[in-house]
Amino acid sequence: MKIANSSTSAVSLVKAALGKIEQYNKDYNIFTFINRDAALKKAEEIDKKIKNGEKVGRLAGVPYALKDNFLSKQGETTASANILTGLKSPIDATSVKKLEDEGAIMVARTNLDAFAHGSSTENSFFGPTKNAFAKDRVAGGSSGGSAVAVALDCVEFATGTDTGGSIRQPASFNGVFGIKPTYGTISRYGVVAMASSTDVVGFFAKTASDLDLLMEVTSGLDEKDETSLPDYYGIADTKLEKKKLGFVKEFIESPALNPELKASLENKLSLAKSKGYEIVELSLPALQYALATYYIIQPAEVASNLSRYDGIRYAFRSKDSKTLGDLFSNTRSEGFMRENKRRIMIGNFVLSSGFYDAYFLKAAKARTLIINEFNSAFKKVDAILSPVAPNPAFKLGEKVNDPVSMYLEDVMSVPVNLAGLPAVAFPSGFTSSSPRLPLGLQLIGPRRSDKNLLELVEELI
Amino acid sequence: MNISEKEIEHLANLSNFTLDKKEKEVLTKDLENILKYVSKLDELDTENVEPTYQVFEMENVWRADEIIPQDADREELLALTKESIDNQIKVPKVL
Repeated sequence: MKIANSSTSAVSLVKAALGKIEQYNKDYNIFTFINRDAALKKAEEIDKKIKNGEKVGRLAGVPYALKDNFLSKQGETTASANILTGLKSPIDATSVKKLEDEGAIMVARTNLDAFAHGSSTENSFFGPTKNAFAKDRVAGGSSGGSAVAVALDCVEFATGTDTGGSIRQPASFNGVFGIKPTYGTISRYGVVAMASSTDVVGFFAKTASDLDLLMEVTSGLDEKDETSLPDYYGIADTKLEKKKLGFVKEFIESPALNPELKASLENKLSLAKSKGYEIVELSLPALQYALATYYIIQPAEVASNLSRYDGIRYAFRSKDSKTLGDLFSNTRSEGFMRENKRRIMIGNFVLSSGFYDAYFLKAAKARTLIINEFNSAFKKVDAILSPVAPNPAFKLGEKVNDPVSMYLEDVMSVPVNLAGLPAVAFPSGFTSSSPRLPLGLQLIGPRRSDKNLLELVEELI
Repeated sequence: MNISEKEIEHLANLSNFTLDKKEKEVLTKDLENILKYVSKLDELDTENVEPTYQVFEMENVWRADEIIPQDADREELLALTKESIDNQIKVPKVL
């Protein structure tokens, strides 16, 4: 990525980013907030430091976009949901603070499915973001704005969150790189919670090595997040001696898999073989239950996490409620999108007495079987190559009124989240017919193999 | 499974929001379809399998019982609410 130095000024980098943002935002609806004045001011300060020979950070003057579910003192944090409009955070998320401390400059906030509930960015209070390669197609989601911002070269990188595929799927729909780290690698302090047992912070960028730098900067233990792992990224030597790459038989044989994606996967496996990798076929039959498992566990956690939004302490509050009870109910009725309501109700259903054992407990047990299958797979291989989603970007409006068909887009991404594994999405060519849409694959590894995965991706592109 | 209007209203009530007629219709159908899909898990034998509720590899992260300075103070937090009086948040009557 371009970093400010004595020959490239931070101001020139930020101005170029703001120019692109202006150029594309009207047509693609990528951003929820543009941070023009504060970004230019910070750029000037960094240029002054460079001129004076003072030390600047590892991301000096690098313009980036922030998914709008990260708290930052700059602009409002809305999570693209009506119920959070007007929220001016007095704090910065830990990940934001780490980026800013290294000199990165937030130039804009990006659109998402409200509360990250979705796979297309169509569930946003601010309307859908368009795909970078075809304006009548979805950006993917939930981090659609972040993926398109990087794909259209508005910014050098963008933040994302991945609960069931929300970084990897939009990355693959828009031809950019995306990392979903091992659960707990990057602090979630200051990030709007969705499903706490699978939520992770990660990034979109134009290269695997840019992702590596962002992981170096933001990973590590945070006393403000009890679920953050002790520092490991870049510390342990992850270089592999044996090189065994697996693929999932059930995915590659799936009738739902787009033939061009299948061909792209097979090409990469041949490439890996020519580079000395041993290719191993894996049968992971429990993975076919991962989507059903996820769409019980995730809504249950969503129902719990979203119970806090009541209109009392911050952001949106419904007007003219006569009693406190009415205020809660009116604020939530007006503040949530339909998909938010759908997930909260499913969650409350699977957690309610009479249904808990049949749904939630059953899913928690299925989750164990999925994790066990991954564990035995990683005794045989170092990493697994898989599609991110069964298809490239679909048309706007095609699935938004049919939640089950929308959820099915997550079938190859959610197993990774249920097991807390790291995965890196990377571009793998384009469809042959017009419009030429990006194809994306993901490399999945055992816990804490994040850096190793980025190195392997470099060999496969 | 079929979801009755009474059950949809009960779920909306548990969720602390209300639904208009159109929303009730749409969400009833959606919930039925989603529950039908997730009942795929019935095929899976989970006899003697322990449930997994979280995948974090550590437990009980303790810290000393000391007050840690916070990033935001009371004034900043109160400024986020729509209405406050004397350092307290104003809400409509409870009953």
